[in-house]
Amino acid sequence: MAILITEKTRVIVQGMTGRIGAFHAADMIKHGTNVVGGVTPGRGGDSHLDRPLFNTVREAVEATGAEASLVFVPPPFAADAIMEAADAGIRTAVCVTDGIPSQDMMRVKRFLRRYPEARKMRLIGPNCAGIISPGKGFMGIMPPHIYMPGRVGIVGRSGTLGYEAASQLKDLGIGVSTSVGIGGDPINGSSFKDILQLFENDPETDAVMMIGEIGGPQEAEAAAYARDHMKKPVVAYIAGLSAPKGRKMGHAGAIISAFGESAQEKVDILTAAGIVVAPNPSAMGETMARVLSLRQAA
Amino acid sequence: MDIHEYQAKEILARFGVPVPRGGLAYSPEQAGYRARELGGSAWVVKAQIHSGGRGAAGGVKLCRDEHEVASFASTLFGKQLVTKQTDASGKGVYRLWVEAASDIAQEIYLGFVLDRKSERIMIVASAQGGMEIEDLAETDPESLRRMTIDPAVGLTEFQARELAFQLGLKGGQIAQMVNILRACYRAYRDLDAVMVEINPLVITKGGDLVALDAKMSFDTNALFRRPDVAELRDRSQEDPRESTAGDHGLSYVGLTGDIGCIINGAGLAMATMDMIKLSGGEPANFLDIGGGASPERVVKAFQTVLADRNVSVVLVNIFAGINRCDWVAEGVVTAYRQLGLTLPVIVRLAGTNVEEGRRIIDGSGLPLISADTLAEAAMKAVAARPRKAA
Repeated sequence: MAILITEKTRVIVQGMTGRIGAFHAADMIKHGTNVVGGVTPGRGGDSHLDRPLFNTVREAVEATGAEASLVFVPPPFAADAIMEAADAGIRTAVCVTDGIPSQDMMRVKRFLRRYPEARKMRLIGPNCAGIISPGKGFMGIMPPHIYMPGRVGIVGRSGTLGYEAASQLKDLGIGVSTSVGIGGDPINGSSFKDILQLFENDPETDAVMMIGEIGGPQEAEAAAYARDHMKKPVVAYIAGLSAPKGRKMGHAGAIISAFGESAQEKVDILTAAGIVVAPNPSAMGETMARVLSLRQAA
Repeated sequence: MDIHEYQAKEILARFGVPVPRGGLAYSPEQAGYRARELGGSAWVVKAQIHSGGRGAAGGVKLCRDEHEVASFASTLFGKQLVTKQTDASGKGVYRLWVEAASDIAQEIYLGFVLDRKSERIMIVASAQGGMEIEDLAETDPESLRRMTIDPAVGLTEFQARELAFQLGLKGGQIAQMVNILRACYRAYRDLDAVMVEINPLVITKGGDLVALDAKMSFDTNALFRRPDVAELRDRSQEDPRESTAGDHGLSYVGLTGDIGCIINGAGLAMATMDMIKLSGGEPANFLDIGGGASPERVVKAFQTVLADRNVSVVLVNIFAGINRCDWVAEGVVTAYRQLGLTLPVIVRLAGTNVEEGRRIIDGSGLPLISADTLAEAAMKAVAARPRKAA
């Protein structure tokens, strides 16, 4: 099954005719992703990469039955593109775009809530590497050859650190069911907890590697979820233990950032929730290997 | 992006927040002239720098006559003001704000920030504002009032009223506070701010509310649609290395160690710095080359890192997805030759086009040190540092 994307998922690309969109869409197709079309307003009726182009997401969904959309739209227009996908009935949207204004994301999150649960779109990102189910398909900008198919789920804020984890696992002969980059922006579509929930319910995932970093409340929320609701083991790493305290202007930032936002506090919160935390970024793979073998022995 | 107090006051006043009368000065003479122009018998002279804590650092003074204004001003101009929020070199004072002094009965704290948990704008307020607000936030966080704003509806009047009553305001102050709250919210929303802070918002002895200080910070991702805000940028307040790096699409933060870092992705950059520390070294900087980096951008990254004289080793760690290892490798080789480098450079490449990248590094004939893994790269960087003379 994997989560979010399989070889069957019908994918469209919003912004497929752009330079970067076209490059990665071609790579996705080459690696077996079921790309059924693209959306570029004004190019409807044309084709690109041997796939039909549409003016609107709604037309694309009607013509192709697309369920998922990869958003490669520049920052000023990205929020609108995400809302268009949600309104057209797309189930999962992945937005790679970096640099979307935070108030645009605030509006997007509010907009997504207008739909009943059954037809609510799941948003991954923005400012993320995307999602990949190795050997099945991917939506995003990751180099697919570094992932080996298998049964460990990966979820992380940072794209490149997610690659690092996947390649450490591959070196140890451990494969990945799905890897999800949730993105580094302050306001993002899906949280760590949202993705942990999907992995917990996925019969093809045995354990989850969670890669967090300093700032934000999502790791603490995920720790509580894992402790209270997960049977599968979670291995974590938190980047930024050596990061200097951020410079700030005014007091507002210091007042608002609650306990639990520094790397060390996050490590403590995760450990207290029973999650094994890798001691350094080079030990993500071996820590997961140890947890898996302990589980097998038990 | 931060702006100066006087700019924030001008903006907030435009939205309806009451501020004291004041004027900007670029010289001591002009400061004295401003005082005369404003009239009255007492003025507050305030150094305009992008930092809080100016009062405690000697950047703010109540003056009783025009000569005192001018002479205090002459001690400030050109000075590097070090506050508890700046680094040790401080920030240069090139502008002063001269303001008619207010009599103060009470100080209120008022802040608008982006709350990541609720994904909304949050108001934070306290009836005990002023210099000790951060301590209060630590010792008695419950005393701070918090309220979030639904982006679909905006700040409602009843919410604003509720907050005004919670702060213990009375009579006509309630309506004044409601106006101030709504004005700050509109300024935040309409100009794509990420922070609006008034500390203190004072109640004068006459019972009126006035913003004695103001800070605003803006979302750099939204500057494309806020050209008026973008114009307020003051480069004299930025670390020149960081702003130059930013111009080239690099995200750079200078630190105190000697291992220069060139990495892609903020997460991997932080993880690499963690690994350097664990291996017994100290990173000289944080640097993220961003996505789709050209060989030219990599050369700029080397120039940025090497502008720091403490750097004795450079560690390049690239796990390419949207980047290309061959472009990065070309950049490394070009930088090494063009800049005439002699210091050790450790290169770890992985991901997109890694084979081509390694071929370029190995085929260059340069003494570049290759590493296969993150741990190996950090270890080699620490080992390659020149030994300090005993």
